[in-house]
Amino acid sequence: MNDNIITVKNLVKKFGHFVANDHLNFEVRKSEIFGFLGANGAGKTTAIRILCGLSYPTSGEVKVGGFDIYNQRNQIKRNIGYMSQKFSLYDDLTVYENIRFYAGIYGLGRKEITTKAAMLIKRLDLEVARDKLIRDIPQGWKQKLAFSVAIIHDPKIVFLDEPTGGVDPITRRQFWNLIYEAARDGITVFVTTHYMDEAEYCDRVTIMVDGKIAALDTPSALKKTYDAANMNDVFLKLARAKPVA
Amino acid sequence: MKRFTGFVIKEFYHIFRDYRTLLILFGIPAVQLLLFGYVITNEIKDARIAIYDASKDEVTRKISEKILSSGYFILEKNLNNYSQISQTFREGKTKLVIVFGSKFAEKLQQEGKAELQILGDASDPNTANILVNYATGIINNYLISIDIEQMPMRIIPEVRMQYNPELKGVFMFVPGIMAMLLMLISALMTSLSITREKELGTMELLLVSPLRPIQIIIGKVIPYVVLAFIDSCVILAMGNFVFGVPVQGNIILLLAECLLYITMALSLGILISSITSSQQVAMTISLMALMLPTILLSGFIFPVENMPVILQGLCYIMPPKYFITIIKDIMLKGNGFIYVWKDTVILAMFTVVFMMMSIKKFKIRLA
Repeated sequence: MNDNIITVKNLVKKFGHFVANDHLNFEVRKSEIFGFLGANGAGKTTAIRILCGLSYPTSGEVKVGGFDIYNQRNQIKRNIGYMSQKFSLYDDLTVYENIRFYAGIYGLGRKEITTKAAMLIKRLDLEVARDKLIRDIPQGWKQKLAFSVAIIHDPKIVFLDEPTGGVDPITRRQFWNLIYEAARDGITVFVTTHYMDEAEYCDRVTIMVDGKIAALDTPSALKKTYDAANMNDVFLKLARAKPVA
Repeated sequence: MKRFTGFVIKEFYHIFRDYRTLLILFGIPAVQLLLFGYVITNEIKDARIAIYDASKDEVTRKISEKILSSGYFILEKNLNNYSQISQTFREGKTKLVIVFGSKFAEKLQQEGKAELQILGDASDPNTANILVNYATGIINNYLISIDIEQMPMRIIPEVRMQYNPELKGVFMFVPGIMAMLLMLISALMTSLSITREKELGTMELLLVSPLRPIQIIIGKVIPYVVLAFIDSCVILAMGNFVFGVPVQGNIILLLAECLLYITMALSLGILISSITSSQQVAMTISLMALMLPTILLSGFIFPVENMPVILQGLCYIMPPKYFITIIKDIMLKGNGFIYVWKDTVILAMFTVVFMMMSIKKFKIRLA
């Protein structure tokens, strides 16, 4: 129990009559890479938005970092990082200004910001682009930068909502290296994706089908259970298993 | 607080790096004021007139001289008979024809009345009206000056136009432009800057961060308060130095009212951005729903009293109407707070209502 950093019990989210999340139950353990898989519209983004405090559930019990999402939002906000599929950085600010801004809104001090920004730029090999506007740098750099900015305040958990959308396989691979690094530093990573090959990189994965959790286990266990060669097959078997109306 | 400062600084970066924003902020006020001040003016100078003088005596010559030396009129041509008049109007240059009846001076002497006709080109009714008034005024003045000994009793009205003796159009336009531009800058720019964050997806990041929603909103709004305030000072200064529009009343009261109006417009902007998440829609709403009523229904150009009752009712729910009344009172009449407090309270109420509505909307969006 103490090892669980996120606990979700009977989470339901309805939009009108549409049930986006149907009684979700799961726990995320400390410092693991937790994958949230599913087709578009399966309810991944809805769930991640609830965990981040961007939207309220219709019912259910959710704790993030030990804090309740109904009453302790502010404590949660200080302990999480978030990166959306849009790599949200400001186009008209430079790389350095973006880092400084995001570090600033998380309350880092001036000295801390300077050292962190320098470290981060060096680690990402962005020295040449330090004073370039975001709109002038390649997509892959933006993605790495967006991720680093999301964890600049050393959160306990980072939520990544389809962080690899629209980038090439090599950049995706490099990006996963960053995720591993973060996990090694003790940050719990909660990642949604619809790339099944990425599921193999996760410690445990949840597969969502039509708002419900269809399976939750380690990738190897899932492959064994469903007698599949890779995660893609697992997913196809699960998705096809749904009742046909 | 430190978080908040960083946020506001970032907003200023956005503004100063976008030349279009800067242009809207500082180019438009100057251009608008110059345009309205110089181009759209109610005063008429050097209007072309024709004179048909059937009498050609001392009196008619004097009257013609007076008219032509007034500065309002220049002579296009002298006509020789009545039938030339319609031809002259058709040519289009002549705006006014003055016809002196025959034996003008004689009749005036003997019978005490003579015939004079003024014809205006009413294809442009406003101009015709103004020109006819000018001409009538000049003729009356002349008659008063020669009659004064002969007539035992006379009422001579002495007309003075209070608060704007020269009837300058720009006196009207400065308050109007203030109302329009502050609305444009405050409502349009804030709604754009908030919806832009939504489009970029950065709004989500801000909402996930420890910044409170209210801090985000205030942080987005502060730069525009500052800039809109600078703009109102620029408009006032330009009006004063370039066009001689006075500020009779208390300048601090005037600026405070501007600030109130800016706040009202900003809360409208926030409300707009809480309804939509696209910059396009925000822009359309701001322009269509805010600018047009501000220009047409605020008493800026068209007097509210002359509108149909339904439109008058609409005018009363237009915040700019109250702002224009307030600043006209303060600038031109020099009125103090006791004269404008009612309109001020109404503006403040608008502000509160818009604020509450947008806070409510914002919360619903989060759920």
